Amino acid sequence: MSQSAAIVEVRQLSYTIGGHAVFDGLDIDIPAGRVTAIMGPSGTGKTTLLRLITGQVRPDRGSIHVAGEDLGALSRNGLYALRRRMGMLFQNGALLTDLSVFENVAFPLREHTDLPERLIRDLVLTKLQSVGLRGAAELMPAELSGGMTRRVALARAIVMDPQILIYDEPFVGLDPISMGVILRLVRRLNDALGLTSIIVSHDVQEISTVADLVFLLSGGTVVAHGTPREMSKNPSEIVHQFMGGLADGPVPFHYPAPDYIGELLARDGAT
Amino acid sequence: MSWFRDVAGEASKSLVTLGATTRFLVRVLIASPSVLLRGDLIIEQIFNTGTLSLVIIMLSGLFVGMVLGLQGFQLLQRFGSEEALGTAAAIGLVKELGPVITALLFAGRAGTALASEIGLMRATDQLSAMEMMAVDPIKRVIVPRFIGGIIAMPLLAAIFSMIGIYGAQLIGVQIMGVDSGSFWSQMRASVGLHDINEGIVKSCIFGVACSLIAVYEGYYSVPTAEGVGLATTRTVVTSAVVTLFLDYLITAAFS
Repeated sequence: MSQSAAIVEVRQLSYTIGGHAVFDGLDIDIPAGRVTAIMGPSGTGKTTLLRLITGQVRPDRGSIHVAGEDLGALSRNGLYALRRRMGMLFQNGALLTDLSVFENVAFPLREHTDLPERLIRDLVLTKLQSVGLRGAAELMPAELSGGMTRRVALARAIVMDPQILIYDEPFVGLDPISMGVILRLVRRLNDALGLTSIIVSHDVQEISTVADLVFLLSGGTVVAHGTPREMSKNPSEIVHQFMGGLADGPVPFHYPAPDYIGELLARDGAT
Repeated sequence: MSWFRDVAGEASKSLVTLGATTRFLVRVLIASPSVLLRGDLIIEQIFNTGTLSLVIIMLSGLFVGMVLGLQGFQLLQRFGSEEALGTAAAIGLVKELGPVITALLFAGRAGTALASEIGLMRATDQLSAMEMMAVDPIKRVIVPRFIGGIIAMPLLAAIFSMIGIYGAQLIGVQIMGVDSGSFWSQMRASVGLHDINEGIVKSCIFGVACSLIAVYEGYYSVPTAEGVGLATTRTVVTSAVVTLFLDYLITAAFS
């Protein structure tokens, strides 16, 4: 497979939640072997897109192909077989709180393989070493900081040597040091393991340093895509607003509401 | 007519919940055979639901038995048949109080723990993470807890009844002076296998009902602090009502 071949193909995707159309005719091709960022203002459905790509929810219309498999045609077992080739890092890490760090990372190996204990130990320690937490193997999740939790979750996500690694808001609430560590890990793991990385985030500056390709979502569709450098030079008003973090622009800061002065005066009159 | 609409609405909601619970039970039962091979997961849950409930079950059993001994003695004394205290206490405990009170305590201790644990796993994406690791949460989380509860409940009920009979003996024989020989011999002569079977059937069915309600409420709880709290409350309330309703049905069936 060439570097530019699409490993995830989304075609004419429509998805509605509670009468609100999150996506309407969305098309995205995510290339293999690259770090692709999916960005956009809050509420544009970035995390929902990840849930659709991983088969956690089904679209109303359209198709999603992941690694050549049509998600709509897959049975539950087929979907689980595909997921063994994917790793996902959840926003809060989602470590199993009743298991130690070591057992969390060993969890997929114990569930899916009959490897001898010695080999499981070596594999887990190797993955923990790659995220710098071999020394924390015996700690419980409650004893970890936010950054450490996400690094353990990352070790768990790569322990089955996935083809695709998905990150849901990996930088939220991290201090600059932890954020830098995770950023470097994203790039290093992608290149060293030959992965395809998909990151959902709205940390523009951080993503620009690590992503090969950026898709900007707004209003249920892709409004712009390109390399971070191309995006920073994109003349589109919405891209300019988002990449520059500006309050004024096509994306409104305020949630739709009645006239401000009118509402204040009405309240005064009522009291 | 609005009250009629409200009643009809509530009835329809209850039917939908009953249908959803039945579908969930079928899903759990289909997943159960493969989980039975994983004894470690089931033993861990028998420990969590059973062993950790032992203290509360034993203490409650002792006090219920003591009350039964006291009340039974006072009542039987009026008819001059205090020797029948052993029979009365044993039948009351084995057939009725043992299974029912154990089920209520089980729902309050183990059921709430199960519902809140599973609800929090949902709220913190642990169940989604399992799904993403191609591990079915029904098999890995729900079935072991369900089977653990089913195994633990009859054992707890048996321990409750046993301690309860000891409590009745403590009051009746040791304090009130009922003849020890009469107490035990009348009990052995009057309590039959039929009575014990009724208790076993009740505690097994209550175990299925209470475990199912707890794992169902936890699994389908709204993933927020309020949602998990509501699921926990519903577990206790629904388990109590269902236990008492089933108790009547089984008692009628055995009569």
